[in-house]
Amino acid sequence: MTAALLLLADGRFPAGGHAHSGGAAAAVAAGTVTDVPSLERFLLGRLHTVGLTAAGLAAAAARTADPAELAELDRATEARTPSAALRAVSRRLGRQLLRAARAGWPADAGLAALPAGTHHPVVLGTAARAAGLTDRRAAELAVHEAVSGPATAALRLLGLDPYQLVAVLARLAPQLDLVAERAATATRLPAASAPLLDLYGERYDSWKVKLFAS
Amino acid sequence: MHRDHIADESGAPVVSAAPPGPRRALRIGLGGPVGSGKTATVAALCRALRAELSLGVVTNDIYTTEDAEFLLRHAVLAPERITAVATGCCPHTAIRDDISANLEAVEELEAKAGPLDLVLVESGGDNLTATFSRGLVDAQIFVIDVAGGDKIPRKGGPGVTSADLLVINKTDLAELVGADLAVMARDATAQRGERPFVFTSLAAPDGVAPVTAWVRERLAGWG
Repeated sequence: MTAALLLLADGRFPAGGHAHSGGAAAAVAAGTVTDVPSLERFLLGRLHTVGLTAAGLAAAAARTADPAELAELDRATEARTPSAALRAVSRRLGRQLLRAARAGWPADAGLAALPAGTHHPVVLGTAARAAGLTDRRAAELAVHEAVSGPATAALRLLGLDPYQLVAVLARLAPQLDLVAERAATATRLPAASAPLLDLYGERYDSWKVKLFAS
Repeated sequence: MHRDHIADESGAPVVSAAPPGPRRALRIGLGGPVGSGKTATVAALCRALRAELSLGVVTNDIYTTEDAEFLLRHAVLAPERITAVATGCCPHTAIRDDISANLEAVEELEAKAGPLDLVLVESGGDNLTATFSRGLVDAQIFVIDVAGGDKIPRKGGPGVTSADLLVINKTDLAELVGADLAVMARDATAQRGERPFVFTSLAAPDGVAPVTAWVRERLAGWG
């Protein structure tokens, strides 16, 4: 099912991610991400915190089609997202992904039954399951999104050299695999958080002038 | 209501953006370069049509809610009828390749202020290649202006050649910028064949009238 994995991971998949920076826009404005090395540190931090947590939730969602269990995972996502602004973003991106996933796998009962407004990692795991992918693949999708979205956003905002960014992403790739593995094999749902990303999420939400939705 | 709850006979969800049934609002997209007069056209259309139609507007600013605020400030519609979408530096992506945020916005407007007759989706200012997906809008208007140079119709591009209506705005500035309207008309016809174009000057009283007339025709055909 590698082709289905690539379809879901493709930045061209129409699920709304292109308009979100994953905190990179706020980090650029705060002066904490200014160049390729500082972006690499930002991505690394993101991967091991919210990336790990999202991957654990997505993997768990990929293991079940039971609406009650998915609702529990939705609540678990809510509890792991302290920022109200980022909770709203997660629900909105969940809606957008659900629309695309239902178009891709229209016969999947689990996707059909998922309430609109379910948190993004839960929809991502359900979409992966509907596409015939394993929980490990769902975790890989989540860590890929956790890193590639903000990387592209920073590239646009700072006019970075795309080849230097490729070098960063290739260097991080083995770590993405490790985090996905850890998330998919965890006996308890991960709850790693990044307080600064929560603060960025809240702060960014109040801005009048912004290029990205979050 | 959100159409993604609708199921077909087999129980599969229907997610197509095609009209699901009797009445959803006609959706018209407005694209074109920065400063050509998209927001002014939207505002003028709202003023011309709001007495007889239930309207909604979705704006896609490049980096702010300025266009939405312009419409609010000029009170062309009630606030609950206007919403803004952020596009992450890529206004064309949000109207063409990944329309999910705009579809959400349109459906939320219809749920909040509906039922609506007409939703105008205004793109962020972009280049001559930016066109709307048919999954997002039923018809599209491309707005260029005389002051941008009288060679723009000749340059073509998907916006100029394929939009359902080409609006060439700011004709009142033609003399000041040395633009030849006859050249623009000739090139627009050459690029567009049978597809219509109109000249407008929104500075004139009811200057939007040619666009309003075209929108009314689309509405008449919408049922």
